[in-house]
Amino acid sequence: MQISEDALKQAYRQMKTIRMFEERLHDEIMTGEIAGFTHLYAGQEAVAVGVCEHLDYNDTIASTHRGHGHCIAKGCDVKGMMLEIYGRADGICKGKGGSMHIADIEKGMLGANGIVGGGPPIVVGAALAAKLYGDGRLAVAFSGDGACNQGTTFEAMNLAVVTNAPAIFAFENNHYSEHTGVSYAVGSEDIAGRAESFGMKAWRVDGCDFFKVYETMGEVVDHVRAGKGPAAVEFDTERFFGHFEGDPQNYRGEGEIARIRKERDCITIFREHATKKKLVSKKDLDAIDKEVSDLIEKSVEESRAAAPPTAEDVLTDVYIDYI
Amino acid sequence: MAELMLREAILQTLFSEMERDENVVVLGEDIVGGMGTDGGPEAIGGIWGTSTGLYDKFGGDRVIDTPISESAIIGAAGGLGLTGKRPVAEIMFADFLGVCMDQIWNQMAKFRYMFGGKTECPAVVRMIYGAGLNAAAQHSQAPHGILTSMPGLKVVMPSTPADAKGLLTTAIRDQDPVIFLEHKALYAEKGEVPEGDYTIPFGHARLAHAGEDVTIVAAGLMVKFATKAAKTLSEQGIGCDVIDLRTTSPLDEEAILDSVENTGRLVVVDESPPRCGLATDIVSLVTNKAYASLKAPPEMVTSPHTPVPFARELEKAYLPSPDKIADAVQRTLAWK
Repeated sequence: MQISEDALKQAYRQMKTIRMFEERLHDEIMTGEIAGFTHLYAGQEAVAVGVCEHLDYNDTIASTHRGHGHCIAKGCDVKGMMLEIYGRADGICKGKGGSMHIADIEKGMLGANGIVGGGPPIVVGAALAAKLYGDGRLAVAFSGDGACNQGTTFEAMNLAVVTNAPAIFAFENNHYSEHTGVSYAVGSEDIAGRAESFGMKAWRVDGCDFFKVYETMGEVVDHVRAGKGPAAVEFDTERFFGHFEGDPQNYRGEGEIARIRKERDCITIFREHATKKKLVSKKDLDAIDKEVSDLIEKSVEESRAAAPPTAEDVLTDVYIDYI
Repeated sequence: MAELMLREAILQTLFSEMERDENVVVLGEDIVGGMGTDGGPEAIGGIWGTSTGLYDKFGGDRVIDTPISESAIIGAAGGLGLTGKRPVAEIMFADFLGVCMDQIWNQMAKFRYMFGGKTECPAVVRMIYGAGLNAAAQHSQAPHGILTSMPGLKVVMPSTPADAKGLLTTAIRDQDPVIFLEHKALYAEKGEVPEGDYTIPFGHARLAHAGEDVTIVAAGLMVKFATKAAKTLSEQGIGCDVIDLRTTSPLDEEAILDSVENTGRLVVVDESPPRCGLATDIVSLVTNKAYASLKAPPEMVTSPHTPVPFARELEKAYLPSPDKIADAVQRTLAWK
């Protein structure tokens, strides 16, 4: 599949932004300055970016509690996200949502979700709306291997098939639902197979290779936009950090994290492929690294200095008006 | 004005709102009825008669017959609402709230707040609720108390065909998620319904019966029972205000407090069990804000703290009734 140099650079910029955003959060959380629960997406960047590179502004996505990557890939403002995670008044959700509830409807981002399996039913609704708009738009539900066991996901897949809704179920199998392995928690260990059994076409792809993700998603998106019904993709991917920040990760195999960081890092794989095939120069990639690093640094600095919301803000935004 | 049954008022409102605004979409299980059968679409036309003919008129993209999948129904309503549509979802029995609670409680009710006020979800969830048809413990409950306790939801309980039209029209045009509770024992209730465009604002109670001695507060089917009790009592020279709340969220506190300040006596009638419910909520409101006006302790006429029973005799014993309400009114008057 053809992809322009500019598009590749943009994809790399997005992946790198997610990675640096998450690595920096990991460090900043240690300082105690950031409150609450944070779940980092690092390691899975090629999936969010490889999927969203095929989406237009009026396509929608719903995300998971591990949602920062999807938000960035769909175009949410990075500084606004950082402010939100710091709990600031100017955050993307005014400090009312936090890490697990970042959303930007203008960008087609229907929300990260604190409830595992919360997103797929919402995506079917967005897909039914897309069908009514009749302009080829579609909706994507990102789920992990944890959410693939939720009844809501089954209901959503069936309803999408029954109504021929333009929905894509993107399952990111990072091998862990919280602290439990796929071999224990997923009966068949075949998530794509489950989707197929609902009557939709499903793909399986290495989620650590952006080029493979991008190529596969081209087929998937064409299929769904052509009105051939919903589709599913199972991505084999890796979670570099714990379930949440603070997770001791004592359930991981010996040397596992070092191994996946060495062998399965989607950013390294991208750089090697892109430079070897002369698709993007090393110099250009390094320049993007610097640009992203500056953006993250600036976002953190501004977030630290930004004002928190006030006690009065607790009471607003529950209803459109109050009687 | 035309005389209609409450179920007909619902159907007419759905028809006219779907005609008025192409963004209005309805969805639910068996709302078309007969899909995938020899009888074909509309063979049933919706089991409650509140969606009959919508599919033929507006087609399957706007009248979406779903599998039995309440989480997917409510979730889809949330997604439709987030992306510019005005979904009206039907939950065939309000008891099925149990299998779709997350999509109501954690999702649509919270979108506006969690997302910093930049998002709205104008979705209506119609739920058919209530006891009186011997449908037993899983098809008879009145879950308005649970729903009223949830910030972000508006909760509507019409008691007459006219209110069903006016309140449903307002619900569909509202920018927040609205739970619209239709009592199955009121579906055949007849009444005059205004023709043409008719809306009733939320948070404004209706005075269903006027009197000077005791204030009775009720919603839904309980308004009918309370009004019947009030009529009987008026023949004995006892005057009752019957306040029909219309919406339990928002709540018309002013109407309740004004009436109690006048009568000094309160009876709250509620079809749901007594703990942490609408009745305790209103008694608490009145004792906090109109304590000095009270001449007697407030009375609650509720169902007992049990599941809804099946047998006729048991269900009769379970539900509030005009007689039980009249007795409570007498107790407040006899208190010294």
